[in-house]
Amino acid sequence: MNSIVCIKQVPNTNEVRINQETGTLIRDGVPSIINPDDRNAIEGALKIKEELGGTVTVITMGPEQAKAALREAMAMGADRAILLSDRAFAGSDTWATATILAAALDKIGETDLIFCGRQAIDGDTAQVGPELAEFLDIPQVTYAKEVVVEKDKVRVTRYGESGDYIMEAPMPVMLTAIRELNEPRLPHVRSIIEAWEKKDIEVWTMEDLTIDPTQIGLKGSPTNVFRSFVPVREKQSEIIQGNTPREKAALLLDRLSSQKLV
Amino acid sequence: MNFDFSDAQKMIRQTAQEFTERYVAPLAAELDLTGEFPRETFARMAAHGFTGIGIPEEYGGSGGSDIEKVIVVSELAKKCGATAATLSIHMIFPAVILKFGTEEQKKKYLPAMADGGKISAFALTEPNAGSDAAAVKTTALKDGDHYILNGTKCFITGGGQADHVVVFALTDPSKGLKGLSALVVDKGMPGFSIGKIEDKMGIRASETVELIFDNCRVPAENLVGKEGAGFKIAMTALDGARIGVAAQALGIAEGALEETVKYMKERVQFGKPLTALQGLNWYVAEMATKIECARWMTYRAATLKIKGEPYTKEAAMAKYNASETALFVTNLALQIHGGYGYMKDYPLERMMRDAKITQIYEGTSEIHKVVIAREVLK
Repeated sequence: MNSIVCIKQVPNTNEVRINQETGTLIRDGVPSIINPDDRNAIEGALKIKEELGGTVTVITMGPEQAKAALREAMAMGADRAILLSDRAFAGSDTWATATILAAALDKIGETDLIFCGRQAIDGDTAQVGPELAEFLDIPQVTYAKEVVVEKDKVRVTRYGESGDYIMEAPMPVMLTAIRELNEPRLPHVRSIIEAWEKKDIEVWTMEDLTIDPTQIGLKGSPTNVFRSFVPVREKQSEIIQGNTPREKAALLLDRLSSQKLV
Repeated sequence: MNFDFSDAQKMIRQTAQEFTERYVAPLAAELDLTGEFPRETFARMAAHGFTGIGIPEEYGGSGGSDIEKVIVVSELAKKCGATAATLSIHMIFPAVILKFGTEEQKKKYLPAMADGGKISAFALTEPNAGSDAAAVKTTALKDGDHYILNGTKCFITGGGQADHVVVFALTDPSKGLKGLSALVVDKGMPGFSIGKIEDKMGIRASETVELIFDNCRVPAENLVGKEGAGFKIAMTALDGARIGVAAQALGIAEGALEETVKYMKERVQFGKPLTALQGLNWYVAEMATKIECARWMTYRAATLKIKGEPYTKEAAMAKYNASETALFVTNLALQIHGGYGYMKDYPLERMMRDAKITQIYEGTSEIHKVVIAREVLK
């Protein structure tokens, strides 16, 4: 059972700072981590490898420093790591990123399971995984909280707001992992040292992939950030006056119904 | 000069931090209350390769060196001094075997000490041989292919849990210190029993016990190094162990400062957070500066050790300074927390109690001043 896990290196902060002029992320001084949902994706693939054998390949697109995320994934137990890095990839939105990933996955060849994290904490789009599945023309199940491989298909429990869905899909299939899927393992110290000192990371550029250059990079991205800002939240409070609790409750109920809140 | 950590070391720290948050911090207060040895946490530390740091891969270890030991021990100590102590003390035995043991001993003990999850202890101290290590009375007299061990060791951290203990005893009492030798005693050997379990002020879960040897027959092959090499082995081990205690003290101090920073930002008095009070800010500056000093002295001693250079003085200075810093910092941290700091709902009073031992064990601050002065004046 061979899996590919697509991961993203993100700034380690819940309060991502944005350069107001360029609308891009300020990465300076912010330590980078593997996107949290992507760690669940890695763990999901590793669990299946432990159970059924096979390999786990981890792949990311980004600058040289994104290798740290791949090394961490290898420390966790991934067998092979690929960095997609080329100036032509810079500025790619989700569409362009999924285009590049699809080309890389085509090059890797036969795969049973493709894991992505649900969404990245810096962009929160949750689009790359589903777009990748579309480009590869394979089935997808998002928000996976449980994955069971049964012969030639997977049974996935998919989180839903009003209840879970139990779904089956043939392989290859793209799954996006959520936090509830598992608890990502912490690497063994020996694996960390090996990942940094003994393991190699393959670097693939445009030359290694078959891609239409008009579909990638800043120019090939249909979405553009015009402006980023923190919305101003205005809170107003009002104290309901009345003589008795019953009267106050009645006034509150009136107010809520008049605003169609109950 | 290079004060940078390698990428692998940074990732080891990040892993140790997450490990501590996930498995150590939630248990710290309860372990302090019950004094129960954290066996489950120890097994997890083995599974994550913490116990195997400093043991080469060829012996089933994690690789790494004293830098990685300091990283992991100090990260654990930020949240639980007792858990950090169990690991730090455990690391002495494999270091002794690695440096002085035979190839057979290395193959037998090192993999077990690494991922194998076996626990080890170091037994030198006796009721009348504390700082005066030369006053050891325990004997190990040769009888054919065995040594007959008789005597009592006290204040042995993890001794009751250990699978293997390195015990220092006189194989030739007529020679005094030159007759001191190191022997490995295994759990369950006839004549080896656990005596009093100490009720301690701090690092309560590290389980400190008395070990009693009553005609305990130890196979001659369990001798580490040569007969009479015991004092040298003990002093070499303690030089390394002092870096471990410095790491514990450093971590406790760092943890107390982290708690203080968090508290000062949240706690409002006189209509402002405590960070608006200059008097307290000055305390923070003093704490942070002393921690910075303790940090680099500890890593400096570890670096010298790795390079194979003399480090007795630097290890003694690092341990002496870090332990004094730990008490200074936890004391001020508690003071800044005021009444809340004195209560068990907050971790400060525990941290202050845990800090105290670092001024005492593996050589008191006073003994360290003797060691430092001797090195400076020679």
